Amino acid sequence: MQGNATRWRRRALTLGLVTGLALGGCASEGSRTAASLPVLHRADALWLERVTFGLDSDSVAQYRRLGRERFLEAQLDARDAVLPPPIAAEIAGLEVNRADPMTLIAAADAERKAINALPAGADREQARKALNDQGNRLAYETVRRDLLRAVYSPAQLEEQMVWFWLNHFSVFQGKGDVRWVVGDYEERAIRPHVFGSFRDLVMATLEHPAMLEYLDNSRNAAGHINENYARELMELHTLGVNGGYTQQDVQNLARVLTGVGVNAGDAPHLRPDLKALYVRRGAFEFNPARHDFSGKVLLGRPIEGKGFAEVEEAVARIVHEPACARFIARQLAMYFVADNPPPALVARMAQTFMHTDGNIAAVLRTLFLSHEVDGALGGKFKDPMRFVVSAVRFAYDGRPISNTRPMLNWLNGLGETPYGHQTPDGYSLVETNWASSGQMSRRFEIARAIGAGNAGLFDVEQAGGAPATGFPQLSNRLFYEAVEPFLAAHTKDALRRANSQQEWNTFLLSSPEFVYE
Amino acid sequence: MSKSVGQPMNRRRLIKLGLASAAAATIAGRLYAAPAGGPRFLLVFLRGGYDSTNLLIPYSSSFYYEARPTIAIARPDPASNTGALALDANWALAPAVRESIGALYAQRQVAFIPFAGTDDVSRSHFETQDSIELGLAAGSGRDYRSGFLGRLADTLLGPAVATSAIAFTDALPLAFAGPATVPNLSLKNVGKPQFDDRQSQILSDMYAGHHLEPAVSSGLELRHEVAQEIAEDTAANRNAINTKGFELEAERMGRLMRDKYRIGFIDVGGWDTHVGEGGAQGTLANNLSNLGRGLQAFSSSLGAEWNNTVVVVVSEFGRTFRENGNRGTDHGHGTVYWVLGGSINGGSVVGAQQRLDRGSLFQDRDYPVLNDYRAVLGGLFRSMWGLSPAQTAKVFRETPPQDLKLV
Repeated sequence: MQGNATRWRRRALTLGLVTGLALGGCASEGSRTAASLPVLHRADALWLERVTFGLDSDSVAQYRRLGRERFLEAQLDARDAVLPPPIAAEIAGLEVNRADPMTLIAAADAERKAINALPAGADREQARKALNDQGNRLAYETVRRDLLRAVYSPAQLEEQMVWFWLNHFSVFQGKGDVRWVVGDYEERAIRPHVFGSFRDLVMATLEHPAMLEYLDNSRNAAGHINENYARELMELHTLGVNGGYTQQDVQNLARVLTGVGVNAGDAPHLRPDLKALYVRRGAFEFNPARHDFSGKVLLGRPIEGKGFAEVEEAVARIVHEPACARFIARQLAMYFVADNPPPALVARMAQTFMHTDGNIAAVLRTLFLSHEVDGALGGKFKDPMRFVVSAVRFAYDGRPISNTRPMLNWLNGLGETPYGHQTPDGYSLVETNWASSGQMSRRFEIARAIGAGNAGLFDVEQAGGAPATGFPQLSNRLFYEAVEPFLAAHTKDALRRANSQQEWNTFLLSSPEFVYE
Repeated sequence: MSKSVGQPMNRRRLIKLGLASAAAATIAGRLYAAPAGGPRFLLVFLRGGYDSTNLLIPYSSSFYYEARPTIAIARPDPASNTGALALDANWALAPAVRESIGALYAQRQVAFIPFAGTDDVSRSHFETQDSIELGLAAGSGRDYRSGFLGRLADTLLGPAVATSAIAFTDALPLAFAGPATVPNLSLKNVGKPQFDDRQSQILSDMYAGHHLEPAVSSGLELRHEVAQEIAEDTAANRNAINTKGFELEAERMGRLMRDKYRIGFIDVGGWDTHVGEGGAQGTLANNLSNLGRGLQAFSSSLGAEWNNTVVVVVSEFGRTFRENGNRGTDHGHGTVYWVLGGSINGGSVVGAQQRLDRGSLFQDRDYPVLNDYRAVLGGLFRSMWGLSPAQTAKVFRETPPQDLKLV
């Protein structure tokens, strides 16, 4: 296994580099260092850093081979992307891949009933703990899968978009049964739609138990209105807070959403006239007996009472609002380009959104191939996820790690726990929320953990016993071809003052050039 | 209620004393209003919109009991010492904080301001939190580079902001945004610093001239300082019972403020009780109980400095007066602020109030706002530090301060 991995790695590296060297003199190439390595242009290095979670040798080689447009197209259609075999095997072994939400929720519900029927005492506590542990394990496996893909998948833009949309349609694993279903939420609600139609993406999140449970819509019924999800659906998911809707719209959308919920058990008994309006897909349910069929007005136009078709009509109406195009365009540009993205770029992305009926790939094409993007990159502060993933990508350059716990601990420490944002607004996309004094010193400590040792990334999970793998060599080929040429004098000076390779690594990962992209 | 004779410290006198020394605190020709011995201030932000109606219970309103059939808290019973605690003829305190906050209230170290809040009616957590932290009127445009605590710190401390103001949070809150870099550090888990002096120097030098330079240097310094402080105190308290959670965090905050910081900020989450909120016991009661015990720990760890400290507890909004279909409450408007301090004129429920009945709710759903947060806080700041009208206007430019005579 290990031997295969190493061989695979070496071959990929050789291929990549050979291709890179063979194309010496192509448009994406700049000057040469003393070692005669082809150096990327700064603009290309920055662009590549944004399309990916951070540079590694493979992405640089592929970029040299394909050039900007074809690289982007390959990223936007990444169906053939293959994970390194050891990582693929690791992911395939996870329990979270195998269970569907319906089975999981039903089993957890049944177990909870059984536990409550037990007499108070040690047995009951033990059963309760076992159930709790299962939920935690599934949530952790989801995070583990996310992190391994973020570091190793060649489909880097897809992985970033998965993160972006998970954050945009944020759910909190600590609420209700959400831990059991976040894995499915990521895999089957978010991932298939990351480059597709925005409307489909909204509907997929709307029909997922994770969202319905998290924002309480599973409890929203005629006569028992809960407007939590209705509000966030407009404020955070589609229109933005100044998107032109009113408190009345929130209340009316909540009525439209009555009956949209979760059911992991049998279908309810319904009056004959309601049976035809019942909708069920897995654990998602629209129960017409819980729906408010009276007429509503949404965004100034009426919606007739007709069951789940109202929900589809309401979402279609909302995502067609120009405010939605503007809001989504700006969020994407903030994530990928700059805290204050060029307004002309945002406007063009919004136009693309409107002309293509919300096609996300088209909007990203407008973004990454725009003439504004080159001038605007380089000043974007990496959020914790990008910082941690880019550091591991750079330090280990494709070499498979076996333990993702340290990465999760770093994200916890920096305040960006995956599926850990309690409120539905998701994590901030701008520097001011990540670059305070306390967060900067934490970041340096993580740079040190990665730069000065193996940080536990190669410990066997759950078994203990750490192999001695030492620290990574960051002054490598990748450094000289894509990082070193663009370092500022202060950074070079700090690197010169390092007393050891470990310190050198630490300073490089702490440098402004590494914490920004 | 009138103040009893023999009150340990007269707040107004104390402030005058503070002001006398303020005249000496002139740096580079500019007068800063916070002298070394002046008052201390902590803002506690309850994020999520806590249900103030089940903290300060309007027990004289029969409408309260009609509107909350499953989550209302029973009227105070003079024979019980575990139920709600009557504060006056209209208001009672939640049982969950009876032992902590109730005890401080009895010593007149706590006051409540019902019908408090903001003119922002979006009922959005994020929108309202932001507008409060910025400290501007709703719709007056947003400048995310300037929060009201940042402006207060700048007014009071000038160049000393970096060493006298602190956020006890992982991220710097918007309230502290401003030209100066306010340090931040969460005290939940504090370990040993990872860098020695030489390494810290190299890291700082790498950011020389960069806009993050102050954050980088102050962050590295603060880590050293706090580790030292906590190590000393842990050594001194070797035999003390270990506290944990928010109580431990608040106790550490108290020690740092006692020794060094004059303006602090902490936020506490988990208040968005749409479902299964509970009544005398349950989710909200547990959260309130943790908060109450934490504030009590904060007050005792300040020692004598507690008499020189004011704490204000705020939240972005209150919640619907009626419970919803899920035994919880939805986003509302007016809320209840708490003011705590060793020498405040507490033991009272203050500010503009109104009767609570079916017809008096805001938009037939929430508490109205009769006490604007900027007026309330501006009034406190003015009294605490003797701010001039111009200085108060710098912190909250649109709203004249309101004097609730708490300090």
